Amino acid sequence: MTAALAIILGVILGSAALGFFAGRRVPMNLENWTVGGRKFGVIVIWLLMAGEVYTTFTFLGASGWAFAKGAPTYYILIYGTLAYTLSFFILPEIWKIGKREGLHTQPDFFSHLFQSRPLGVLVAVVGILSILPYLQLQLAGLGLIVQAASDGAVSSTVAILLAFALTTAFVLTSGLRGSAWVSVVKDVLMLAAVGVVGFGIPKIFFGGIGPMFRALIDKAPEHLVFPGAAPTMGVPWVMSTVLLTGMGFYMWPQLFGTAFSAKSDRIIRRNAVIMPLYQIPVVLVFFVGFTAFLTLPGLKNGDLSLLVLVKQAYPAWFLGFVGAAGAVTAMVPASVLVLSAAALLSKNVYRAGFRPRATDAEVMRVSRWMVLLVSAAALVFALLLPNALVNLLLIGYDGVAQLFPGVVLGLFWKRIHRNGVLAGLLSGLAVAGFLVFGKHDPLFGLNAGFVALAVNAAVTVVVSLAARPKR
Amino acid sequence: MRPAMRKALACGAVPFLALVGALPFVNRVHPIVLGLPFVLFWILAWVALTPVFLWLADRFLRRDRGGKDGDA
Repeated sequence: MTAALAIILGVILGSAALGFFAGRRVPMNLENWTVGGRKFGVIVIWLLMAGEVYTTFTFLGASGWAFAKGAPTYYILIYGTLAYTLSFFILPEIWKIGKREGLHTQPDFFSHLFQSRPLGVLVAVVGILSILPYLQLQLAGLGLIVQAASDGAVSSTVAILLAFALTTAFVLTSGLRGSAWVSVVKDVLMLAAVGVVGFGIPKIFFGGIGPMFRALIDKAPEHLVFPGAAPTMGVPWVMSTVLLTGMGFYMWPQLFGTAFSAKSDRIIRRNAVIMPLYQIPVVLVFFVGFTAFLTLPGLKNGDLSLLVLVKQAYPAWFLGFVGAAGAVTAMVPASVLVLSAAALLSKNVYRAGFRPRATDAEVMRVSRWMVLLVSAAALVFALLLPNALVNLLLIGYDGVAQLFPGVVLGLFWKRIHRNGVLAGLLSGLAVAGFLVFGKHDPLFGLNAGFVALAVNAAVTVVVSLAARPKR
Repeated sequence: MRPAMRKALACGAVPFLALVGALPFVNRVHPIVLGLPFVLFWILAWVALTPVFLWLADRFLRRDRGGKDGDA
């Protein structure tokens, strides 16, 4: 066995073992499983949220965008920061209601806030349809990274099967606590890998970050300002996209749900204050993509630019280390996605839709089966039907972001009415679907999801006002 | 709205002004700052400054509650 392979396998197995043992001493009821018993302090919450936020996209996509599109990749730095700023004001309110009412999931929150079970079921369905393709994407990224980093010794299929089977196992035994513990490993490895390659690769190829940019400014200065090499991604696109994704960020069911796991609203606020700092290392990944733009002009798949450069510049064991970091980087978000989808299916579809009198113990039992079901579905899509969910993925962010007006107006506007939220959500989804699938994205230079969000907010307000006339 | 919340929201608006509202005016390569093209430097600087404004916002809110509620 080569050193690279040993590192990859060791890290995958070690992380899974850590996740497996994390929940061993805790009795697994619904509360402990889905929201970690609401006991997470500031450090665990930070590790977990950071763990969910940095996905394989950070590794492959951010460098791939810097390589192929140029400046539009900067949007990643911006939207995260906007999302944390919004979360500072919104998440503590969500946490308070969750604590008071014992809520576990995002649809729980909707059905409680608007006293409407059907609305909760609809929110659950939107969540599940958004999670599945996102989960598939994590698995595909994992396979790509491990296969490339092991130099083909571990095929993509084997990597996906092994890593994901272990992930499913620790989700079953430990719930959210398992993900939080594996996040520790993941955050350390990922930051180390990004730190080394982000400074190292520009230095090896150009003598430093400054000289790399000077070479790039000489050769293609337009690559470094919007719209870069993507004609439709000018400044209006960036502005509308960061607003859309900033608002949509915590509307992802798994991130929304993490808010419930904190010990107090104070911890959530403190976390929001520091989270933007965690965004900064993403810029190092851009540097790698820009270096690739200069040195690998013929590269077809930009998502591979980081791995190709690491392979050229570093010894094989280090490529293995990057591969290991990439694998855990997929495992942590995947675990939380599986857990969230299972909780949505068992609590908000099974119980809310079909078995209103099911006990928490029964929901917990169903949840475990749903973990297996969701995992199996994700594997089938990732391995056998890689293109089946492409359309869902295109619209995933646009879809979850449509929950934002309901959450914010529901928290802060007294005249909100459930019919307004329902009508807004449905019209937002319809507009987003029409624009994206009708190839009208971007529309007049604006992100189609943002246009849908504006329609959604307007409909929510108008219908609410009509449903609750002033006496 | 309480005055403390108003101040906190004003702090929270700053990152939006800098990272969204200002983009049309900073979308340029020159001047190069710290080796970075200007627009990237601008974005990075404001990502790093956002915690300062959120920390201020947090302070306004905590003071308003007398700072005695601890972790509640």
